[in-house]
Amino acid sequence: MKPFAYHQPAQIPEAAKLLTSIEDSKLVAGGMTLIPTLKQRLASPVALVDLSKLGGLKGITDDGATITIGAMTPHAVVAASKLVQTKIPGLAALASMIGDPAVRSRGTIGGSVANNDPAADYPAGVLGLGATIVTSTREIAADKFFLGLFETALEPGEIITAIRFPVPLRAGYAKFKAPASRYALVGVFVAKFVDGVRVAVTGVGPGVFRVPPMEAALSENFDPSAIAAIKIDTDGLTSDIHAEADYRAHLVTVMAKRAVDAALS
Amino acid sequence: MQISFTLNGRPTVVDVEPATLVADLLREQLNLTGTHIGCDTSQCGACVVHLNGLPVKSCTLLAPALDGATLLTIEGLQGAPGSNRMHPMQEAFREHHGLQCGFCTPGMLMTAVALATEKPDLTEADVRHGLEGNICRCTGYQNIVVSVMAGAAAMNAAKGE
Repeated sequence: MKPFAYHQPAQIPEAAKLLTSIEDSKLVAGGMTLIPTLKQRLASPVALVDLSKLGGLKGITDDGATITIGAMTPHAVVAASKLVQTKIPGLAALASMIGDPAVRSRGTIGGSVANNDPAADYPAGVLGLGATIVTSTREIAADKFFLGLFETALEPGEIITAIRFPVPLRAGYAKFKAPASRYALVGVFVAKFVDGVRVAVTGVGPGVFRVPPMEAALSENFDPSAIAAIKIDTDGLTSDIHAEADYRAHLVTVMAKRAVDAALS
Repeated sequence: MQISFTLNGRPTVVDVEPATLVADLLREQLNLTGTHIGCDTSQCGACVVHLNGLPVKSCTLLAPALDGATLLTIEGLQGAPGSNRMHPMQEAFREHHGLQCGFCTPGMLMTAVALATEKPDLTEADVRHGLEGNICRCTGYQNIVVSVMAGAAAMNAAKGE
């Protein structure tokens, strides 16, 4: 790791100012992606801006039709939250499957969403539930937030403060894990709302995406059998040492069925 | 930068570069070599310590995160105060052959103690899910799982006394 300056601002405007005024500075939340990246020297920022001393970014609140999760809330807290377990059990289940206990102690929802790793779990939950990303300057719909490989709609100096999730009628997540890293080889989040169903897939391509044919079929009949015959196109899907594109495409259908099962149970 | 924290019950102040990893700080600067570095890529779990009571990988933790915190390493794990005995989880690993070469054991123990503390009525499925971030290349995990179940039961029994 190359040396860097370390800032621990107490206020969001101060953090935003540090980010924009120091060229090549980076935010650090839980550091579960950033620290390995620094160790491999894939990034060598001159300064880190640590969000851990900012007030008000941790915790989960019940707003009735929505649940708001502070950006610095660790995965373990979301997984163990009675509120999330009651209102959106599929989201609590997703959080409990991220990495391992040590990663869940440190990793945060804001960090995961801002990083937008193509195999991360949270982007599937955020897009699948049609959540809203609340930042230091505005609110961004999930459908407009994830722009592909590690890319998001965040502007320089813009900081995620919370994610607001609409409470669905039912939701479920199923994931086929890469055995060593426990990242999603294929992860599918399914959510049923009064006005329809959303299906979001992670781990399969350069970024999280929705599957309209599955959404239409499940809106008609919310049952695994409704999507058993729906296959996704292998064009643009990832092929690597863990799985070829056609195997990933096959697993999308399998995991989507399991996610519906999980939502129904 | 100067950071102050509680290390295994003792107030500790150190001067570190912000780019120092906690695993390196412990081993190189504080001479606590019980915390092992296996993969150094946050996958193997040999370096697990407790930060404010939660299991974390010290190879993926920057020293500034320790400021004002409480840190417990394998050296701080002990049985009943004054008893000069091992922690019940350590006893269980010895009793049930929960280790062979022992390299992964410090991390296994720290994760196991955190698991048993968080959920006293651990099932075998809980233990296997909870140990996903700790890799052992000797045992095949069977005896580690048996040890963690026994250690958790012993921790419960000790709590009831």
